[in-house]
Parts: sequence; structure tokens; C-alpha cells
Amino acid sequence: MDARELIARRAALLLEPGETVALGIGLPTLVGNHIDPALKVVLFAEDGVAGIGPRPAPGEEDADLINAGGEPISRTAETATFDSAVAFALVRGGRLDSAVLGTMQVSEAGDIASWKTPGGHSPGMGGGMELAAKARRVVVLTRMATRSGEPKLVPRCSMPLTAPRAADVIVTEMGLFRVTAAGLALRERAEAVSVEDIRAATPCRLTVEAPVAVMEHAIAAAEREA
Amino acid sequence: MRRRALAGGGSHGKVIDLEQAVSLVPDGATLLFGGFGSLGTPPLLVEGLLRAGVRDLTLIGNDAGYPSHGVGRLIAAGRVARAVVSHIGSNPVAIEQMNAGSLAVEFVPQGTLAERIRAGGAGLGGVLVDVGLGTEVQEGKRLVEVDGRPWLLEPAIRAPLALVLADVADEYGNLVYRGTSRNFNPLVAMAADVVIAETRTLLPAGSLDPDAVHTPGAFVDYLLPGSPRPIRVPVPKT
Repeated sequence: MDARELIARRAALLLEPGETVALGIGLPTLVGNHIDPALKVVLFAEDGVAGIGPRPAPGEEDADLINAGGEPISRTAETATFDSAVAFALVRGGRLDSAVLGTMQVSEAGDIASWKTPGGHSPGMGGGMELAAKARRVVVLTRMATRSGEPKLVPRCSMPLTAPRAADVIVTEMGLFRVTAAGLALRERAEAVSVEDIRAATPCRLTVEAPVAVMEHAIAAAEREA
Repeated sequence: MRRRALAGGGSHGKVIDLEQAVSLVPDGATLLFGGFGSLGTPPLLVEGLLRAGVRDLTLIGNDAGYPSHGVGRLIAAGRVARAVVSHIGSNPVAIEQMNAGSLAVEFVPQGTLAERIRAGGAGLGGVLVDVGLGTEVQEGKRLVEVDGRPWLLEPAIRAPLALVLADVADEYGNLVYRGTSRNFNPLVAMAADVVIAETRTLLPAGSLDPDAVHTPGAFVDYLLPGSPRPIRVPVPKT
């Protein structure tokens, strides 16, 4: 299982029956491929739709039905479309159960920095601030480090924040962490790495409560159940 | 009855052609527009503004579209001086212009932008929002405390003109949107002094089920029929 698939499949298991869920662009979008249909999770996008079905076959697309990334989507039994004020009323009003988001940095306090580099130009925050600040639970999906090797799990974000104290769970290719008052708590590790490997890659306050479960085992167990 | 600058056709005098519509938009105009990644942005009106050479525009809406679609065409042609948007990531030309300093961009969180426009349309002075607290969005804004909690005071937005795309309109101007092309359209349709709605289908007044109307005709000044069916914009891989 490659890193992206491991992260997406483990994150999908965090979702609970009947939840309304927003998936960010990129890696979080892959989570949609791994959600058990029996959970009746309803996917939301901030361009004004809840009840997002799979990408339609070529030629079957409805040009008036896209997600926030501009990709064509299909309808489900639950689908409703609405305007942008209603979309963000749903988010700010507490009806978005989970947001699964990528990030540039996430801190040990759960601060998310995902929209701008310091002093640099940014393409803008879109609806990212609302999703990060207001979803009842925020799951951050990220690699442990940037391509140039800079850690992305950090004691304090050096980049401008999207939302302070927003992340609840962080899933990476090395492990699954909960954000707690005492920093990050390692709950699961990828099969191929040790707790010491994770400590070495995480320059944050990190607590480890034994036993640390294995992400791949959680995925296999869920598959047997399904 | 509201006085309108142009005498249009149709049963309620609101139906105009593209040339008339474009004549309502002077150089330097501030425009609210519907659309999300160009879906829901009126394509005929954009084409008309391009052909007429209108310039120095200020655009207020969700995003900068694509260089080939939506308001992104106006930006790519150098007709836009300023944009108030939530992001411009789908338009590399807008990013270049922003970095070069030829396009002034004010970023507003998407839900805050929607609500500021809705407030403008509803005749309110602004809204209290806690999204952005503890981020640089807070800088320079007034804080208001309600029941011991801090909120950002976000002022309402109105503009002289709004460009709207409907799927179906009747000749009075009752509008129905379709799918995710609705997005900012019902909000900008309430927040301007002059509202121009381009529509794919135009029906006689009385044809729509009143319960199905998304924007009441009282908000709509002019109707431009003949909008083409939407086309899917291929999303560039990022």
C-alpha cells in the first residue's frame, strides 16, 4: 500500500454513520473512494451541494454539477443543492460533522496553516478557513515532511494560520495522532516504522500510550467486517 | 414602480439584448458576479464586455475563474483592476498579474464573502463572524463582543451592478438556478442597484411554480435571454 493510499484508507475509517463530511482537494479527495457505503456518509462541498456521488462516466456528466475542485459529480438519494450562504450556514452552524483537509503545516496545538507562505503571495483561502475552524471534527491528512525534508508536524506553525486549534486527528504515512492538551498523542503507527522512527520525524511534544496499534491492521480488520 | 434606464421588451419591459446590457457597464464599474470556478458566471455578458472593450473593472465574487472561462477571461484580457474574491488558484494569469502588481486582490474567506454580500442585499450594515479570529484575516478589523465572545465586524457589500446567470427566468424576472451553478447568484442578485440576469431559458410571466422560484423578480431589473447550455471546464491537474 503506498503512502497516499494508506493515509486515505485509514482516514476513511474515522468517519461515523450518517455524518456530513467535507473532503478537501488533493489527498483528502481519495478518502471518498474508501468510505463504506453502508455508513451512509453524506459528502458536502462548499460550492453548494450535499450528497455527492462518484465521478460520472465520461459522457454522463452534468455540467451544472461539480464539486469545489471543479470535478464533475453525480447525484445520490440524499442530494440537495443550495447557494453559497446556505453552504456556509451549514458549516458555521455546526452541521458539518467532519472536515478532512490537507495542510502545509499542523502544530502540536492543532493550529492549521494551509493557505499562504510567510511573506509570499497566496492564491487565497477559498472556504478553507470555515472548514478548518467550524467542522465539528477536523482530520488533517499530510505527509510527515515536505519534498525538501522540512517537517510538517511542528511545535508552532511558521506559516500564516488558516485556523488556530482546529485539528483533532492527524493521519500521516507514519502514524495516526490525536491532538491533546499535552501535544500530539501517537495512537497508531504504520507497519513499516517503529515508534522511535516517528519520534525522530516529529519535532513536537509527543506522547505515546502503549500499545500503539498498527494502521494496516485497523484497515484489514475493517475490511473483514465489511 | 422602479425607474429603469433602458426600456426593454417582453411583458414587463425587462428583456434586453447584449448590446443594451453592455451599455449599462461603464469603464471603472464595480460588478458583483455569480459563479464558482466559472460555473454560474453568465458567459454572454462576459463575452459582451470583452468585445466592447470595457476596462478598469472591479469584480466582486467567489473566485477569478479560468483564463478561458468565466470572469477569468476579463482578467486575462487585462480589463480588471481589482478583485474581491476568496481565491484565484484556478487562474494562473490572475496570479501573475497579482504578483506583478497590475491586479489588486483582496481575499475574503468564502463564507464571509457570501454573508457580506447577503447582508448588503438584505439592507444590513454588516455581519459578526468568528471565522478568521487568530489569523491575519483579523488584522485591521473591529472586534465586537456579544455575550462575552469576540466577533469580527465584517461590513456588508453592495455594488452598482450585478451579473447573474439563471437556468430559467420568466419575463417578470423570477429566476430559477440549476445544480451547483446557483452558488453566489441568488446573493449577488439581491445586492446591487442594477441587476442583469442572463438566462438559458425565458418563459412568459406566470409559467413558473411560485414555490420553485429562487430569486423573486422584484430583485431583477433586466433579462438577457439566450445563454448557451453549460459546458464542462476541464480542470487542470494540480
